[in-house]
Amino acid sequence: MDLQTASQINDFLAAFVLLGAFGMLTQKRIYSLIHLFAWQGFFLSVNIAIVAYAAGRHHLYISSILTLSLKVILLPYILHTLVVKLKIRKEAETLVNIPATMLIGIALVIFSYYLTAPVTELSRLITRSTIAVALATVMIGLLMMITRKHAVTQIIGFLAMENGLFFAATSATYGMPLVVELGVALDILIAAFIFGIFFFHIHTTFDSLDVEQMTRLKEGD
Amino acid sequence: MEGIIVEILQVIVLIGLAPLFAGWVKMLKCRLQGRTSPGLLQPYRDLAKLFSKDIVLAENASWIFRFTPYLVFGTVIIAGAVVPMLSTDLPLSLTADVIVLVGLFGIARFFTALAGMDIGTAFGGMGSSREMMVASLAEPAMLMAIFTVSLLCKSTSLTRIAEVISSSGFIAKPSLAFAFLAFVLIAIAENGRIPVDNPATHLELTMLHEAMILEYSGRHLALIEWAGMMKLFLFMAIGSALFFPLGIAATDNIAGIPKALVFLIMKLGAAGVVLVLIETGLAKMRLFRLTEFLGGAFLMATLGMLSFFILE
Amino acid sequence: MILLILLGVPLFAAVVLAFVGDRRLAPEVNIAGSAATFAAGVALALRVYEQGPMTAGGKFFFVDAFNVYLAVLTAFVSMTTAIFSRRYMRREREHGRVGHVGMRFYHAMFQLFIFAMLLCLLTNNIGILWIAMELATLSTVLLVSLYRTPTAIEAAWKYFILCGVGIAQALFGTVLLYFAAERVLGEGGDALLWTNLSQVSDKLEPTVLSLAFVFLMVGYGTKVGLVPLHNWLPDAHSEGPTPISAVLSGLLLNIALYALVRCKTLVDGSTHSHRAGDIMMWFGIISIIVAAFSLLRQKDIKRMFSYSSIEHMGIATFAFGLGGPIATFGALLHMLVHSLAKSSIFFTVGHASQMHRTQEMDRIRGLIKGNPLVGWGFMLGAMAIIGMPPFGIFTSEFLILTATMKDAPLMTPFLLLGLGVAFAAILRKVQFMVSGDAPSYQRPLKAAHLPVLVHMALVLLIGIYMPDFLNQWFHKAVEILR
Repeated sequence: MDLQTASQINDFLAAFVLLGAFGMLTQKRIYSLIHLFAWQGFFLSVNIAIVAYAAGRHHLYISSILTLSLKVILLPYILHTLVVKLKIRKEAETLVNIPATMLIGIALVIFSYYLTAPVTELSRLITRSTIAVALATVMIGLLMMITRKHAVTQIIGFLAMENGLFFAATSATYGMPLVVELGVALDILIAAFIFGIFFFHIHTTFDSLDVEQMTRLKEGD
Repeated sequence: MEGIIVEILQVIVLIGLAPLFAGWVKMLKCRLQGRTSPGLLQPYRDLAKLFSKDIVLAENASWIFRFTPYLVFGTVIIAGAVVPMLSTDLPLSLTADVIVLVGLFGIARFFTALAGMDIGTAFGGMGSSREMMVASLAEPAMLMAIFTVSLLCKSTSLTRIAEVISSSGFIAKPSLAFAFLAFVLIAIAENGRIPVDNPATHLELTMLHEAMILEYSGRHLALIEWAGMMKLFLFMAIGSALFFPLGIAATDNIAGIPKALVFLIMKLGAAGVVLVLIETGLAKMRLFRLTEFLGGAFLMATLGMLSFFILE
Repeated sequence: MILLILLGVPLFAAVVLAFVGDRRLAPEVNIAGSAATFAAGVALALRVYEQGPMTAGGKFFFVDAFNVYLAVLTAFVSMTTAIFSRRYMRREREHGRVGHVGMRFYHAMFQLFIFAMLLCLLTNNIGILWIAMELATLSTVLLVSLYRTPTAIEAAWKYFILCGVGIAQALFGTVLLYFAAERVLGEGGDALLWTNLSQVSDKLEPTVLSLAFVFLMVGYGTKVGLVPLHNWLPDAHSEGPTPISAVLSGLLLNIALYALVRCKTLVDGSTHSHRAGDIMMWFGIISIIVAAFSLLRQKDIKRMFSYSSIEHMGIATFAFGLGGPIATFGALLHMLVHSLAKSSIFFTVGHASQMHRTQEMDRIRGLIKGNPLVGWGFMLGAMAIIGMPPFGIFTSEFLILTATMKDAPLMTPFLLLGLGVAFAAILRKVQFMVSGDAPSYQRPLKAAHLPVLVHMALVLLIGIYMPDFLNQWFHKAVEILR
């Protein structure tokens, strides 16, 4: 596989990662969300593997395997189990105005492109064009966390953001040093453990995972 | 001179084969749903029956109502003359690029909506307003999708786009993939197929396009139905010209036209299968969820354009 | 070796405490662990004081005057907090607010939290810095929700989500920083080391670093609690158990600010301008003013002091942003004295709310009559925190004000406005709480004397007489940050 092809496949997969982000942004069914998240992780891990192969960076294989095992298998499995266990109904969430969220998402993509333009220009890597996509994925994950009012969805937004960060590391610098990537993965694992506990706490305390009910700590009554 | 022959041939193919395609889709759908199909040629029989019937015209129908069927039929034929179905050697395509094409469909829709309101029945007005809502969302998305391809090929002429894409071979371009996805969604919306509209029912709460043309009968109805079939056919042809221009004969290659015809029929056959799978797999959406559907189309188209700038 | 002990002790203590759990000696083990950490911290500080900056573990760790002083402070405050929490948590346990599992969890996580903060400070690698910072957040999230009340869970969730969002931005900033560094230093882990980065900071690409700083500022700024990224802070600091509030307000905010300041020196070195400093100044001044006015309408005592933390972090951020030897000196001093004073306030506040079984300020009355130590400790702590002489905070705020008048005179009125409003807001509320007769619902309480007394004595000492070694230390740190 020559660099040209690798770069093209890379771009294509980047587009899919972004599409996955948008899909999550507009999807209200929790099960579909988890699937979409797994797909995004899958595209990401394939992407990292291709970069690893094309650029000959072997430590990226580890990063790819980490993504695959964490983001595609383990976390979706944990989320799925939790959702089943807590008996969260399919459309527990009422979402306001999906088209508006989409438009904001598009604006964020443009914003990311504008923001990362200097970086892209300086870079000589085959992955340079995907830096903007990576930032956009981060931003869309952030938007998702802000607009969604369900604990599980917010967590998926958080994890999607982490996906974007891994992607950014791969596309801007062919991955962070291994020790950092491993540490970040460890942090995500701990975070997963914590939100798992949290779901149970929230569920038993508020009797649902709707974060909307958490409004007791408001300023100035 | 050759060009004019090709033009005429294309229009004939469009007029002649459109009902066949409609019949193919209907037949596949029947088979898939385990019903007995009326056969491939049923649309022809339907049209013939309608043509032989008298027109029942409302007393207060104005000229718009009578004029619309001919106009709709005419615009679709003009559109057919500029879309490279068989060959890129189309003299008329110089006069109308892809934006004009969208405009032509726009005119047809505008008059259909006017005609729907013309008689003053409740259904007509309701259908018109719904149709315009869909149109207002679908058209920007359509233009975005087309612009993406135009940017890629540096031209808005359909024939030129077809030439560029077929000459550059298959390249994995994310922008093209997104534009194609958007186009599929828009084609579904524009032609009133499931999940946007169900062409097979006249259920008052859900119908869009059928509500507008509820007052038509006889020859008028035949023309409108025929135009509808041709529109579906044309969208498939546009899709093939924009995204899979395989087999379309190049300029000065009149001998390639039979081969192009075979390719066209094969492509349409495949497109029909996809369409039927979509229609069978999905349920019709509630009207208020259409914004999401078409918003999705717009999103795809915009992402296509953005990935053109970002990734390519 | 000392470093290993310094980091190993809390980690080991965390494991041990996870097993010891709720047994009778757990608080003592906790104290012993923190004390050992503190001793190691002092030893390390002495070594740095004598021999200058050092790296260890194959450049994995880096210690200079700036971070070693924060490390000692962290170890010290966590030790006193451990002492405080012995009595405090025992009482909470008696009241049934925490269960068996809760206590085990509390002790283990407390030590893990200290480990994470020390790792943050001592690591040489900005990637590890990020990881440790995230670890510090994660280890405290479940401590904030320890009481399992709806408000506590809400606060912890907010803390988790908002800090998660923020810290993700910081990671993106770190990636960008690595991108710029890699072009100069070549690939591999070395490009993320402070020691290397600070040497080549003027060669780093300025546009990329400016962009990186925006992300780092948003990311670590969220953790510092700067307005408008502060939303989680008052909730998280007020809903958790008081010892946790004390270390969150007193220590974790400092750590985040430390990270921010390190990044700022890099960015300013690269852009040859004061851009990063300007951004910090604006964030700082806005935080001061917004927090000061928010102080006015607080009803919950811990919430009020959380806002006060935002205000003080704003002051320190502002001063670091201002730059220059005097302002930086003031900022370093401010971090120190604020940390001591604020944790001491939280100790007394914790006891006060235990005495009244509420955190509502309207119901807390007659503290001095009820328990002189708590009352006077609280009173003096509040005096210190609003910047009354002769306490140390007065000194640091005075230094910062002088520098502001010299370098950014236009900012002075805003700074003074913020300080003044905060002064009035806190003073008004504190007066009612300490004076008057003890209400009938007040209960007697055996308070933890030592931490409060030691902290207040130190704050007072620094205000009256600055020890020479501290002075030299700060001068060295200022030199590093120039």
